[in-house]
Amino acid sequence: MSDRAPAIATHSPELEHHFSSLEQQLEASVMGMWVFLITEIMFFGGMFCGYMVYRYQYYSAWVAGSQKMDFRWGTLNTIVLLCSSLTMALAVRSAQLGRRKAIVIFLLITILFGLGFLGIKGIEYHGHWAEHQFPGLNWAWPEANSHLVALFFSFYWAMTGFHALHMVIGVGLVSWIAYQAWKGRYHSAYYTPVEVVGLYWHFVDIIWIYLYPLLYLISHKHISG
Amino acid sequence: MSRHIASAKLYVGVWLALICLTAATAAVSGVELGPFNVVVALVIATSKMLLVALFFMGVKYLSQRMTVVVIVAGLFWLFILLALSMTDYVSRAWA
Repeated sequence: MSDRAPAIATHSPELEHHFSSLEQQLEASVMGMWVFLITEIMFFGGMFCGYMVYRYQYYSAWVAGSQKMDFRWGTLNTIVLLCSSLTMALAVRSAQLGRRKAIVIFLLITILFGLGFLGIKGIEYHGHWAEHQFPGLNWAWPEANSHLVALFFSFYWAMTGFHALHMVIGVGLVSWIAYQAWKGRYHSAYYTPVEVVGLYWHFVDIIWIYLYPLLYLISHKHISG
Repeated sequence: MSRHIASAKLYVGVWLALICLTAATAAVSGVELGPFNVVVALVIATSKMLLVALFFMGVKYLSQRMTVVVIVAGLFWLFILLALSMTDYVSRAWA
């Protein structure tokens, strides 16, 4: 009896009382985050589904609208986001290794890439607005099928807009964990927030991985039929 | 922590593959392939998605099997949404 360890061991302050270990806590958080990401997949999935159905039904209007996308901006933004995912993955890795300074640096680079993405998206948005390609508020289409191309642009603004909103939220979340990391809140046994925000960031990257070909590439330079 | 820590070299390799796939999909989009432009673009996008999910998001190293079940179930639900919607619209040419 006297050799046994006390039943209630002192544990790290990060451990919530309803978990038996930090490892279990991390696994539960990761699974919870994935459940949330599944709801996000269904949210964006509905828009992707509508986009596919209308592209099938109003193909020529979709091609005409896609011609107004500058695929160079889209490609550049894809590369910017992929770079941000790399630095995010390296930030999580630094957290696993308990390297405080490296976490902060990688997170700050991730924020810069995120802001770069939003800046480039802003340039594109400004161009579309200047060309009266915002259905409802600022719409003028000199060619045929004005109302059908307006439908394409409605999807364009909604899908990229919700994606950009997720980016803004992502930049906010990364800024918050960067601050927490700078204060030394995370170490190799406890880095759950870094891991979970990382999952969110990569998810937003994946949404763009599909938006990029659907909006910019699949009707690129095709003859409007 | 028993969680697998991937090497930085692996992450950089995955990133390089992602950049190459992006260059490939951008290049192929300028070539007229008829209906296969969409197929190629989506196959490349799905490859990129898998690289991000498996390595950057660590799905490959998940110790909790239940999380894998959640992810696969979610993707299957998305498949139902997209596939059954499309079969419905594609088979309603008379409407």
